[in-house]
Amino acid sequence: MSHSPAVVTHDQVHNPALQHHFATMEQQQEASTMGMWVFLITEIMFFGGMFTAYMVYRYMYYQAFVAGSEKMDFWWGTINTVVLICSSLTMALAVRSSQIGQRKALVVLLIITMLFGCVFMGIKAIEYTGHWKEHQFPGTNFHFEGPDPQHVEIFFSLYWAMTGFHALHMLIGIIIVGVIAFYSWRGKYGPDYYNPVENVGLYWHFVDMVWIYLYPLLYLISHKHGG
Amino acid sequence: MVGERGIMSAHVVPKKTYIAVWITLMILTVVTAAVSRIDLGKVSAIVALTIATGKALLVVLFFMGVKYIGQKMTIVVIVAGIFWLAILMVLSMADYGTRLWS
Repeated sequence: MSHSPAVVTHDQVHNPALQHHFATMEQQQEASTMGMWVFLITEIMFFGGMFTAYMVYRYMYYQAFVAGSEKMDFWWGTINTVVLICSSLTMALAVRSSQIGQRKALVVLLIITMLFGCVFMGIKAIEYTGHWKEHQFPGTNFHFEGPDPQHVEIFFSLYWAMTGFHALHMLIGIIIVGVIAFYSWRGKYGPDYYNPVENVGLYWHFVDMVWIYLYPLLYLISHKHGG
Repeated sequence: MVGERGIMSAHVVPKKTYIAVWITLMILTVVTAAVSRIDLGKVSAIVALTIATGKALLVVLFFMGVKYIGQKMTIVVIVAGIFWLAILMVLSMADYGTRLWS
């Protein structure tokens, strides 16, 4: 048999969450955190491409970007920023609860985080409906009263692409937080194993950070705000 | 015993720290929203991006716990990623930003 009795010493049974290719729980934890950051770097580059496109076009057609930004709803944008910051707090506290083994607090905080996420998505849906009805979606239906409509259309293309991909990330985040909340309720995580909670937290904060930049870049270009 | 530090060597951040970071983020949001209503001309973009970067730093250092990461390799990964983003943005603007120069 391939199992030598010398390898498995049962007086010190390892944690069932420890995977076989790691020596210790600490090593597994560090590898997990670094792996998550590598993934987040790919996400930074993904959004970075769109931010760079935004930067180039804003530099080239600044007046059109000001005109487009004036069609944004200042209050919805600001409220959504506040909602996401609150959701980041509850997420950070959720990870903390998992670290100190407070199962009930962990589940409740994850559910509150999901609810904040849903509020964000609801507000975004209201905004999208308005922009759609105002013919502010790029394509044949696009219409803009004022100078330079084709470059205002570029602003709206970037607005839909950037907030759209951000909203997609929010949606995925809400689903994953839901899955983690379910396993937390089943008691899967605790002080010696909380990598999945920590990683979904890292993801959530990253998505919040993208919005921290989107908010001033899309909503606050002009001092004459819409809404 | 499961104390405030947990069984693992992970750093458990006090609740107070998270609340303080949250309050700061809220204040900065109000500041950036209020300042954006004043016509500052070209400076307004710099002000807005500086505040946004301040907020992002707070999120990365405290909420994402980068301040408490013990593993140096993870820090290398993060810094390298930001450096790559800088290459993308700076070199792109070095092209588009100078095309009208003559």
